Order: sequence, then structure tokens, then C-alpha cells
Amino acid sequence: MTMSIQNKPTPVAPEKAPNAWQRFKETHVWHSFLKDRVAQLSFTIFMGYVLMALFAPMIAPFDPYDATQMDIMNSELPPSWNEDEGDPQFWLGTDAQGRDLWSTILYGTRISLTIGICAVLLQATIGIIIGLIAGYRGGRVDSILMRFADVQLSFSTMMVAIVVLAIFQASFGTALYQDLAMIMLVLVIGIAEWPQYARTIRASVLAEKRKEYVDAARVMGLGQIRIMFRHILPNTLSPILVISTVQVANAIISEASLSFLGLGMPVSQPSLGSLISSGFEYIFSGAWWITVIPGLVLIVLVLVMNLLGDWLRDVLNPKLYKG
Amino acid sequence: MTDQTVKVSSKLEPSSEQQVASEQQASSETLVQIRGLYKKFNISGDFLDQLKFKGGKIVREQEFVHAINGVNLDIQKGEALCVVGESGCGKSTVARTVMGLITPTAGTISYRGERIDDLNDKQLLPYRKKMQMIFQNPYASLNPRMTIGQTLEEPVRLHNPDWSAQQVRDKVHEVMFSVGIDPSWGERFAHEFSGGQRQRISIARALAVDPEFIVADEPISALDVSIQAQVLNLLMDAQEKRNLTYLFITHDLAVVEHFGTRVAVMYLGTLCELATTKTLFAKPRHPYTQALMSAIPRLEDDRPPHIKLQGEVPTPVNLPSGCVFHGRCPYANERCKQEIPQLITTEEGGQVACHGVEEGRL
Repeated sequence: MTMSIQNKPTPVAPEKAPNAWQRFKETHVWHSFLKDRVAQLSFTIFMGYVLMALFAPMIAPFDPYDATQMDIMNSELPPSWNEDEGDPQFWLGTDAQGRDLWSTILYGTRISLTIGICAVLLQATIGIIIGLIAGYRGGRVDSILMRFADVQLSFSTMMVAIVVLAIFQASFGTALYQDLAMIMLVLVIGIAEWPQYARTIRASVLAEKRKEYVDAARVMGLGQIRIMFRHILPNTLSPILVISTVQVANAIISEASLSFLGLGMPVSQPSLGSLISSGFEYIFSGAWWITVIPGLVLIVLVLVMNLLGDWLRDVLNPKLYKG
Repeated sequence: MTDQTVKVSSKLEPSSEQQVASEQQASSETLVQIRGLYKKFNISGDFLDQLKFKGGKIVREQEFVHAINGVNLDIQKGEALCVVGESGCGKSTVARTVMGLITPTAGTISYRGERIDDLNDKQLLPYRKKMQMIFQNPYASLNPRMTIGQTLEEPVRLHNPDWSAQQVRDKVHEVMFSVGIDPSWGERFAHEFSGGQRQRISIARALAVDPEFIVADEPISALDVSIQAQVLNLLMDAQEKRNLTYLFITHDLAVVEHFGTRVAVMYLGTLCELATTKTLFAKPRHPYTQALMSAIPRLEDDRPPHIKLQGEVPTPVNLPSGCVFHGRCPYANERCKQEIPQLITTEEGGQVACHGVEEGRL
């Protein structure tokens, strides 16, 4: 080995470090997004939903929560493309109480998305904290926390939700339940599904904590909490992102199912699920649109979220190829 | 060999004998003292995996990897102590135990006479400032989600909580400059650098808290040969300028010859020979060291023939009895199979753990 090589590296003109957006444009995620038509379409549709939900009060021609704007005489009007009976005011028709279906769907999407995202935030918070601690501490702490997760997973989400919500409704009365329905749904769906996050995070933490940068942080004398949240957590973000998209879709479906069963949002503040359920009684009297149109809206929303989640998983986990 | 320098090792306790040896040696200041270090790793899984059904009874069986088996080592201030040995001989485990990343099964580690192996994280913090570590793989030892500026600022902030932002930045720029990294690259991420540059950044991170003792766990073995020399020179420069002491783990004997003040040769978790670099390279005493030395590729024509050791390294799960090297040693006799050799001082001033040397037959 020659030891005569100069110690200083050859001077290179310091370039300016790229900012976050320039960095993002160089990433694999952005490049594969530019190539993947399905991802682009899904993302566009999803953004459309988000905009619909955000600006619902401005887009909607009527306020579905305002009883004075409802007229029972307008009930069960078919969509306006049906020239015989349709009314051009209500282009998607009206429901059994004379509410404009388009406005109700806009507000319902808003509620469904809010519940889905809030429930996932709750799941993620609980799951990430438990998963990080279990993975990083290991040993007995890990065993105990993961057995909790197993117990939680052995009950299906729907069963837990139905039992909790039914007991709540029975003991505190329907009036209070209707006021708190949204919070209750977020809590129940959020708490029932945290093991999904905890397990995923634990697995990535187990892989990350063997890497030398964690040892380097320990040698530096950093505290455990700082190592967990500042060093390990940012390196487990990709699986978190992937399950989050799928989990939002799942939470929306859970909420819709609970609402359909009468345990979700009240009819006065319908989500997509309660809208589907409220139209169900009229489907055989010919008023198909009250159920079918919100149903399609829900299916498309859940479909694009799943497609986005699939695409993200393929991009962020290059070891996993489609068969 | 005179009677004074040779110690009869068979009946004495290893620790008491070792203390005598160390007192003789402790003429210069001892920075780190390792005494009777043992580390075994449990490989038998959790409690249910340990239960075995044997002869109609359920018994609990545990298996251990004996990574370190009674290592005594003194690191003198200002030296570069190289630890060499083949893969799996416990060199890295020694390094990680010294740094407190692994708790030893038995034995003590002292820093300037104060025991540090039983301290908790908070009590260790002042020692963290004085002892730092450089890791083997520069691709894994830098956090990929942090810019190198953040990586370097973190230890400085932690250990100097009362410094202003400007002082922290000045310190970071100073260490980056001293390892040959342009301070304006601080906003970049680790993946934007080459392996050699990353290792320079790791060195800068270790130097950022002004340590006096650095454990380097094979810091150049993951690098390209041309870069190895640069990084090695950087480490030697830093030693000179900052008055550092190194515990240098490596398996590259050419590096040891160039870099080390003293060399410790390890085999299967035990220390077989400890001597100054010059002595060890001129006259290796332990049969294992001799075999190791003969394996160095050399250009000379008159080099001694390569010593070929027979057999495999025994598994550290079931350690051989007596001298751990007896199964492959060409000079092993009955005593070597029975009795664990202790370190004895040779007339050259080195220490060697071999019955053959002690009996004067080698």
C-alpha cells in the first residue's frame, strides 16, 4: 500500500445544494409517477375528491344540513337527465327527504374522508409509538406489546366497532350518540386497527436498529427517545406511507359499513355510507339513484386509494416485483 | 528466558496474575483498562425454544456463543493499539464492549481508573465526550435522512448545551475542514458522497466532540485501496494534532505495520500475543501469530514459506478445552489440551499466551 498519497482531496468547486423540490424531482418516486398512467389517473381523481371535500360548501348548490332548504315535495326526484320527471335544479336527483343528492354527496365525501383520515392519524400515532418501543427495546417489552397487538387483531374491527357503538348508543341515548357520532367513529376505527401500524413499524425498526448509524447515535450519547423518533422513525417512513393510503381506504369502508348498519353517521348529517343505507329502502320503488350514485362515488374513492397504495408499495419497495 | 520474566501460570488465578503483569507495564499512563472480559451471546431463542424433550423429561437447554473469553488489555495514552485476528475472533465485540454498546457478561472496563461498564446512559455521558467510535461501513453509519451538517451538529449540541448556534457552526466547519470536506457541503445528504468522503464525515463526527480516545472498528476495510491510504493518513494526522489514543480493529496486517504502536493478536475470543509492532513483526512468538505473519503477501524472494494451518477455526459455541488454538497448533502437546495458557512476558518485552513459549520449546 502506498502511503504517499496526499491527504487533502482534490478541490471541487462547491455547487449549491439542491433544495427539497429539486431533490424530489430527482427521486425514483417522481420518475415512476411520470411513467405510470394508472398512478397519475388515480392521483388526479383522488385530488378531485379532496378538492370536492374541501370546497363542498362553495360547490354545493344547497346546504343539506339546512332543513329550510328541503322541500318534501321534491323528494325522490330522479336525476335531471331523465327528462320526464327530473328537475334541472337537482342534476343527480333528490333523496327521500327532498335533499339535493349532489350537495349531499359532496358533504358526505367530506365526512367520509375526514373520518378516514382522522382515524388513520389516530391509528398511526398509537401504532408508531408502540411499534417503535417494541422494536427498539426488544425483549420482554416487545413480547408484551406484541401479544397485546395479537389480542387486538384476533377481534375483527367490525365486531369491536359494532359492540362498542351499540353499547354506547343504548346507554347514552340516540340524541347524544348523534352529536358524538363522528368522534366515536374515529375513536373506534382508530383504536381497533393500530396493530397494523405497530407490526409494520416494529419490523422496520428491527431492520434499522442493526445499522451502524444507530450505534453511532448511541455512542454519541443520545437518549433512547431521541434515537427512536429522530433517527429511526424517519427511516421507516416509506412503509408508513404505504399502509396509510390503504388504511384510509379501509377506514372509509369501515365507516360506510357501520353507517349502513345504522351505527354510523346520523341521517341528518349523512356520510356516503349512511346515504347508501337511507336509499336502500327505496331501491325497489324505482328510486335507484339514492343508493347507486353514492355507492359509485364510494367505490371509485376506495379504488383510487388502493391503486395509489399499490403503486407506492411497488415504488418504495423495489425488492417486491409483481409476479 | 530468565526466571524473572517468566511467570508460572498454571495454578494462579488469571486476574491476580494479570494485575502483576499490568503493574509492571503501567509505566506510562493507562487510559483504558480491560480486565477479565467475558461476553457470551445467547443463541437459543426465547424460553419456549429452550425447552427440549429428552429421555422422557422436559429440560431447558441454552446455548451460547463465547465471543470473548477472558481478555485483559491496557491501552496506554497516546498509542495506537491494533487488534488483529481472523473473522469471528471477537475483535469487534471487544471494541463494542469498550464503547458500552454491549454489556459484558463478566469483567470490568475502566477509563482513567474509573469503572465505566456498569454505568447507565446518563452517567456515561461525560465519558461519551472523551471516547468516540468510527464504524466499519461508511454506507450504514450515517443516517440517510439527515444532512451531514445535521449529523455533525448533533453531537456538538448534545455535549455543549450552552454553546450558541454560531459556536456550533464554527466547530462543525472546523472539523469538516480538518478531515478535508468542504464545509459548504453541509446541506447535502450522505448518499451524495463517495465511500471515502463518507468515512471522512464519520471521522469528523467522532472528532466533533474533541475526544481523547477513539475506537476504530475496521474503519478502512470497506473502502477502495487507494482511498484506504488517504483515510489512514487522515487518522494519523488527527492523532498527531489532537493527541488521540486509538484502539484500532483491523485484519489488514500491512495497516498494522504502518499504523500501530502495539499489536494485540486475538484468536477465538482470547488474546494470544501482545507486543510492540516492531517486536511482533520481527519475532512473532505465538504459533498462531507466526502463521498469521507468514500469510502477509511479500515481494521478497527469500521470504519464509507460508505456514499452512490444518483444519478449521473451532466453533465459539463449544470452545475447545485448554488452549483454544491446540486443535490447529503444530506444537500442541497434552498440557495444551488440558490447561488454558495465561499471558507471560517474554524477553523481548511482549506478552504471549502459549505453553510452548513458557516451557522454552518454541
